[in-house]
Amino acid sequence: MSNPLLNISTESRSRVEQNLLARVLRALHLDGPLLIGILGVLLFSLLALYSAEGQQIRELLDQVVRMLLAFAALLFMAQINPVWLRRGAPFIYALGLLLLILVLATGEIGKGAQRWLDIGIRFQPSEIMKLGVPLLLCWLLHERALPPSPGVVAMVIILTFLPAGMIAVQPDLGTAILIVLSGAVVIFLAGLGWRYIVAATALAAAAMPALWMVMHDYQRKRVLTLLDPESDPLGAGYHIIQSKIAIGSGGVFGKGWLNGTQGQLEFLPERHTDFIFAVIGEEFGLFGALFLLAIYLFIVGRGLYIAANAPDTFSRLLAGTLSTTFFFYVFVNTAMVMGLIPVVGVPLPLVSAGGTSMVTLMACFGILMSIHTHRKLVAR
Amino acid sequence: MAPASRIKEHWREQQLFNSRILVTVFLLLMLAMLVIVRLAQLQVLSYDYYSAASSGNQIRAEPIPPIRGLLLDRNGKVLAENKPSYQLEITPERVPDMQDTLDQLVAARILAAEDLGELRELLASRRSFETLVIAEHLSDEELAAFAVRRPHFPGLEVRARLGRSYPWGEAAAHVLGYVGSLSADDKRELDPVEYAGTTHVGKSAAERSFESELHGTSGHEDVVVNAHGRKMRVLKRVRPLPGQDVILTIDLDAQLAASSALVGRRGAVVAIDPDTGEVLAFTSTPGYDPNAISAGLSRRAYLALQEDIDRPLFNRALRGQYPPGSTIKPIVGLAGLHFGVITPQKRVYCGGAYSLPGSSHRYRDWKPEGHGSVGLYESIEQSCDVYFYGLARELGIERMGGFMREFGLGASTGIDMEGEQSGVVPSAAWKKKAFKRREAQVWFPGETVIAGIGQGYMLTTPLQLAHAAATIAARGKRFKPHLLKGARDPATGTIEYQAPKPLPAVDEQDALHWDAIIEGMHGVMQGPRGTARAVGSRAAFAIAGKSGTAQVFSVAQGQKYKASEVDERRRDHALFIAFAPLDAPRIAVAVVIENGESGSKVAAPIALDVINAYLKPAPAT
Repeated sequence: MSNPLLNISTESRSRVEQNLLARVLRALHLDGPLLIGILGVLLFSLLALYSAEGQQIRELLDQVVRMLLAFAALLFMAQINPVWLRRGAPFIYALGLLLLILVLATGEIGKGAQRWLDIGIRFQPSEIMKLGVPLLLCWLLHERALPPSPGVVAMVIILTFLPAGMIAVQPDLGTAILIVLSGAVVIFLAGLGWRYIVAATALAAAAMPALWMVMHDYQRKRVLTLLDPESDPLGAGYHIIQSKIAIGSGGVFGKGWLNGTQGQLEFLPERHTDFIFAVIGEEFGLFGALFLLAIYLFIVGRGLYIAANAPDTFSRLLAGTLSTTFFFYVFVNTAMVMGLIPVVGVPLPLVSAGGTSMVTLMACFGILMSIHTHRKLVAR
Repeated sequence: MAPASRIKEHWREQQLFNSRILVTVFLLLMLAMLVIVRLAQLQVLSYDYYSAASSGNQIRAEPIPPIRGLLLDRNGKVLAENKPSYQLEITPERVPDMQDTLDQLVAARILAAEDLGELRELLASRRSFETLVIAEHLSDEELAAFAVRRPHFPGLEVRARLGRSYPWGEAAAHVLGYVGSLSADDKRELDPVEYAGTTHVGKSAAERSFESELHGTSGHEDVVVNAHGRKMRVLKRVRPLPGQDVILTIDLDAQLAASSALVGRRGAVVAIDPDTGEVLAFTSTPGYDPNAISAGLSRRAYLALQEDIDRPLFNRALRGQYPPGSTIKPIVGLAGLHFGVITPQKRVYCGGAYSLPGSSHRYRDWKPEGHGSVGLYESIEQSCDVYFYGLARELGIERMGGFMREFGLGASTGIDMEGEQSGVVPSAAWKKKAFKRREAQVWFPGETVIAGIGQGYMLTTPLQLAHAAATIAARGKRFKPHLLKGARDPATGTIEYQAPKPLPAVDEQDALHWDAIIEGMHGVMQGPRGTARAVGSRAAFAIAGKSGTAQVFSVAQGQKYKASEVDERRRDHALFIAFAPLDAPRIAVAVVIENGESGSKVAAPIALDVINAYLKPAPAT
């Protein structure tokens, strides 16, 4: 004897659940597709880290804790209406700048570089600027007519290069470059005239020798070893050679999870942080690497879709910039690990072990979700 | 158009933005393509290259040294073996507090406080997972001291290592030699693959001569290592093949008899089997402790050995060159018979001195009043100098020297031990080469005269003398002296024996000639007036011998040599050669005692001791 009241069909139950899930997502201001993409990358990260950290469950749990912390940041940012974010932008930027000055004055020295600030938890102010600079620039351009006038462009340049320069002398050239890139993306998306773009590109090319002059010895070495890694196989070229061996020996299908000898036998330096992509290439092969790349592209694509559908200039520019810079992170890291560009010390977004960069990135995704889920509440 | 007056055109801005997004998407896809192409290039096109590079990275062959073969005497008694010695090893990464640990080791008297500085430097220069030996050859006390404190010493380990041990110590030092750490020279000479894991190599004497037999074949482990060289796991293990046990021709009893008889003296004893050339005893004193040298001497201790006035490291049996003195007389006598200069019956009057015709120089006999009328037998038995002065003059240096060379004198015997000296059998041609000044190059007749009693320029090693004695015993048949009797495979136990290597025999077929000189040598030991009859009478068998005394410095004309007046180190060397039993000799011995003064009184008893130890006669009743 069955109770007709309890006899709900599977189909309708799943629809109820679907609706429930959608309701929860909406209530939390989360974007489903973006979330799926992020979770996919994080899952991949855990697999790769478990292997790269020598199957240490403790280390893995640490990373899970960091992920949860980062997810909390995402959740928090998703609740903040972009309007409030826009109004807060100058303050965030100012705070970041202040902390950068503090780091330069008192910063702790880690790995020969001065980029950490100890405030209870160790913390890199340059991470704030990854978000602070795009926020401020989008805030700046929001009220102004686009394409931006030369005066505005000049302001953008100053506001970008001020923190970037301070980060570069820490020295953290990788982050500095990414911040400059994010500034460039903002101004590009804002519709900067092609003439300016061509001129700026030419100027950048001309500035290369000047950049060479101000580079630290280790940075020059990284550039030189990129051109000829074999010249210094046990020194600076070691990273590049070993990671290329790791990726190349992975082949199409990879050596299998936990079977990557380069990573497992510690030939790969910094394999759980900056060089995690080499572990992925070695153990999961071309397929694994392409799969990860596909998820990244999906996330970026969703981000750009959100940007295209954003209600105002600030949100549009911010969503477009955050999505594009995210991909730049992916590109810089993978290209560096594969020996296409010099080793600049940029982690693989969401995959490399480490807390700060993940918290920043997840906060950015929170902003993207916020922009998407708050769009009906914003006046057009 | 001022910025403030510009009006935001939302729709146009959206269009502009969307077009820029499209450009961005295009750019991002280009970058993605770049990554994909690079991935394909690495993982597909260059896969073979990187795959090979990756396997080369991780597998390393680590050598396992083989166990060194034993050295055995001819009866299988152990002369050199491998004994575990204990060493203390430290693995820095497993030591929680290095400072405290080192202090405790000093407190436990395992380490000396003054060594700490050097040790710290050494520790700093190594990787933290590399094991380092911090104390070698731990004594029982040190082992106990460590054992009771063991729980306080994480990261420290006592490891047994096989070290070379010579149970007979100094007694066989100069024949066995010793082992030592591989030097840079060794590394150049030896197969680097075979010796990759070997720490010690034979440095002298038998240990060096038979290095290839003793060493064995290295094994190896294929280990998976990480970039720091840390062993992760072992893939394959190829066991080393232990070295062969080398059976020496040495008879331990004869060897011990020789070395105990030489205690407190500088000298050498070599005993040879006349039928094969096998070296039965080979001693040089003073010796050294091969155990200490093999374990590694301090620089100071080694210098002390090197600078010792008695030269304990000097192998007198192999490299010591002494005038043979009267021990050469039987050979000179045989030369006289061979060339028909004398007959066994020919008699000569000895009045205590000899002068060359037309010369007033008197070549004295050791017996100032002379031996009276002597034949060959008596002149050997009583060691009459005058008889041999005349014989030498009649033979001439070329014929006499040539005949001596047939006994292997003046040339290396070819023994299987490095560093042999060849001695000197002088000749006119030799003198021309040996001296630079023209007037010194002339050969004087008087030099032939004294060569007849083994004085002057003539030099022989104890080994050559023993070989010559063995050649007399074998009536001209000669075999290359050798120490290697055979090599035993430790796995199967099969022994591969070394065949005796004959040398060109002495060109003297007449048995009567041999009888004559051997009878004379028998007279020395057991004749009524033999110089060593006091020793020969103690022998339980018929024995032949010949004493000799070699001048260390010359006594001026008209002076008398008085031992008591001469500084100990300038006294005459005492020599003796002997063989026994007389009718079928099984052992020939040469004894040289530096500054021993009397061949028949000092050297002869030693020769008899060695012969007795080898022949083991029933105790005389």
